[in-house]
Amino acid sequence: MIKVEHLSKHFGKIKAVDGISFQVQEHENLILLGTSGCGKTTTLKMINRLIEPSAGKIAIDGKNIFDQSPEVLRRGIGYVLQNNGLFPHYTVAENISVVPQLLKWDKKRTEKRVEELLEKLHLSKDCLHVYPNELSGGQQQRVGLARALVADPPVLLMDEPFGALDNVTRAKIHVEFKALDELKRKTIIMVTHDVQEAFELGDRICLMDKGKIVQCGTPSELLFNPHNNFVKGFLAHQRLQLEFKTIRLRDIWKWLPPQLSKGGAFDLSWDVILWDVLEQFKFNASETVNITNKENKEEKSASFEQLMSAFYQYKKQEAHE
Amino acid sequence: MNEQQQTLWDFMRQQSDKLWEQTIQHIGLTFISLFIAVLIGLPLGIFITRRKQFSGAILGIAGVLQTIPSIALLGFMIPVLGIGAKPAIAALLLYALLPIIRNTYTGIIGVDAAVKEAAVAMGMSKWQVLVKVELPLAMPVIFAGIRTATVITVGVATLASYIAAGGLGEFIFGGISLNNTNMILAGAIPAALLAILFDFLLSRLQKLNIQKLKTAAATLPLLLILLSSFYFLPDAYGTKLKAGFTPEFMGRQDGNVGLQSKYGLKIHTVVISDAVMYKAAYEKQLDVISGYSTDGRLKAYGLVILDDDKHIFPPYYAALIIREDALKKFPELEKTLNLLSGKINDSIMTALNYKTDYLHQSPERVAKDFLVSNKLWKPEQSGSDGMVRIGSKIFGEQYILANIYSMLIKGYTNYGVATKTGLGGTKICFDALTNNQIDFYPEYTGTGLLAILHPSPKTIDSLTPSPDATYNYVRDEFKKKYNIKWLKPIGFNNSYALMMRRSQAKELNIKTILNLKRYLESR
Repeated sequence: MIKVEHLSKHFGKIKAVDGISFQVQEHENLILLGTSGCGKTTTLKMINRLIEPSAGKIAIDGKNIFDQSPEVLRRGIGYVLQNNGLFPHYTVAENISVVPQLLKWDKKRTEKRVEELLEKLHLSKDCLHVYPNELSGGQQQRVGLARALVADPPVLLMDEPFGALDNVTRAKIHVEFKALDELKRKTIIMVTHDVQEAFELGDRICLMDKGKIVQCGTPSELLFNPHNNFVKGFLAHQRLQLEFKTIRLRDIWKWLPPQLSKGGAFDLSWDVILWDVLEQFKFNASETVNITNKENKEEKSASFEQLMSAFYQYKKQEAHE
Repeated sequence: MNEQQQTLWDFMRQQSDKLWEQTIQHIGLTFISLFIAVLIGLPLGIFITRRKQFSGAILGIAGVLQTIPSIALLGFMIPVLGIGAKPAIAALLLYALLPIIRNTYTGIIGVDAAVKEAAVAMGMSKWQVLVKVELPLAMPVIFAGIRTATVITVGVATLASYIAAGGLGEFIFGGISLNNTNMILAGAIPAALLAILFDFLLSRLQKLNIQKLKTAAATLPLLLILLSSFYFLPDAYGTKLKAGFTPEFMGRQDGNVGLQSKYGLKIHTVVISDAVMYKAAYEKQLDVISGYSTDGRLKAYGLVILDDDKHIFPPYYAALIIREDALKKFPELEKTLNLLSGKINDSIMTALNYKTDYLHQSPERVAKDFLVSNKLWKPEQSGSDGMVRIGSKIFGEQYILANIYSMLIKGYTNYGVATKTGLGGTKICFDALTNNQIDFYPEYTGTGLLAILHPSPKTIDSLTPSPDATYNYVRDEFKKKYNIKWLKPIGFNNSYALMMRRSQAKELNIKTILNLKRYLESR
């Protein structure tokens, strides 16, 4: 667990980060979201002391991070940069082995771990002895991730990790990212300016502006209970898409028609987000889908129109709360 | 052309021992300086990447050092470090410093910020970031700096011979003073080849990929140390006294050659420029030097001339030499120039030299004072009838003469005057004269005889006892060979002489060259 209290960073008269506080639960993925200059990257870099704060406290698992030497602290925190920051004079294998080397692991253990990670990140073994500039952007970013994960640190900091990738590659990596078991046991703080990415990957989102946190909460809290107009405005642009991605079938369960139709072409769990269901309609000509309630095994069917109607009723109710 | 190459080859074969010695000295000198420059420059370059507020000052100072003329820098070093290897190495390393510091700084600053940040974020210490990331990535740029420094140093190292540090400059500057093209080339060609060779080798090193560069970076210091060890002053025979002779004196029949063949004088000798020789003698860096008998520094530094028992130094009448076509072009000229003939004897010339060399009066002022006191001075006329070009060699006496003649021409004729003073040696002056770059310059009969005409040893032996016979011989030969006229002698006689500090000569009871020889051979 990471606990940040009253953290500030001043550059001369400019308050880059202005007395913010937040917590990240164990195995949670917290996104720091905001426009350029909002202080999100500065906040991130203070957690591994790349930037020393002007004031405030940071504790990881109850331990004050300023009590240990920065080098030792950093070796226990994975760090992924936007432009991957791979060492151009090291091979892929050497790049991934940097931290184990600093931690003085023996050679065999390092090799084994590097191979394991390559496999998990879908990198071929041929990559091991090439230099980063011979890899594609997506491959480089995977190597960067492997380098951060190699020593299995409990905390991972990611600074716009997918920012330099094209949309297609990014979408592909997002899928892998969500599926990667290594990441499920990590406490992650990720910085991004991409709202879609934040909603897709984050358990909770901290929306920042001018060095302060405007709102911190789950994607649906931000969407349906914005604290102020800034939050509303920030999300307005892609609102419909965000809603589809945030709302799950269980959320609209009570507005779905109760009967099970025979024509349902395929079955879905009620944990699926609405966006994915709509995607199914795109690929399948079938008119209705079957949905299973995980708790009581009750089943329901719905057509596209019925889903949409339930969606609007859900929104109406959220707005009244 | 073929004959020319043949003789150069012959010269190099004949002098191969010396050539090797000088080449090895040159390489050694270059790499000792370079090695020390890397030892100083690299940490300094790294330092200013950490403390950027010092970068301006340090790069500025290194830049200023770079702009100091090499000879001047060598001159500054003498009072502090004496003569020989130490000041030469110090001067060379100062020149090598700027490219090394600058490229280290630029190279490290230029390392991708994201890569540096990643290194820090991985948990590397400052030292690890430097050694594992910054230096390897900056290495190509740092190598480029070392490469530049190497080429500069190979070039400037030729000047080390001015202050008795050896190297290929001995041949180059000896050749220039002796009007010996082969000798110049025997020094210049190897020096150029060294520069090209080292540049090429380092360029190969620079192009290696980063992986191999690790090994290269490790071998470079070893290579530098190895090449540095080439340098050893050939101290094979040290004697009680140390002599410093000019490159010109070293190669002349009426110089060191005669000293060895006629006197059998054996003394530990270094080659040194006459610009610093007197001072080095004064500061007890040298005991015996080859000076000029009218030099003002003789008086200034308390030196005394040793008698030439066997008359190996011929009298050197000073006189102007002038191209015949210049005399035709400027009909008034000969009459004007001869106004001075017989007016300056040895003691007057020494006194004039003393004023410039020791009292640091400007040659213009000394010239004007002299003309005024001899009632020869006239105010300047229009100078509209064409331009007379005066040359002079690169020492005080010649500057004074050039100024006196310039004022005479301006005062007595309508010609304008352009002076080209400070021409590096007999060869440069004489070539400038024959190639119509200058119209006349003051020359000495002995130099004309031995350095330009090169007659047979028999002829030399028959001529040198008589100043007049020498003058007549060079006058006739110059007219025949080059169509150049010797005007009437100016009146003084500037011959070579061996000199010692007055106090030391008195203490050791040395008055003549034979005394010196006896002292060296005693015990």
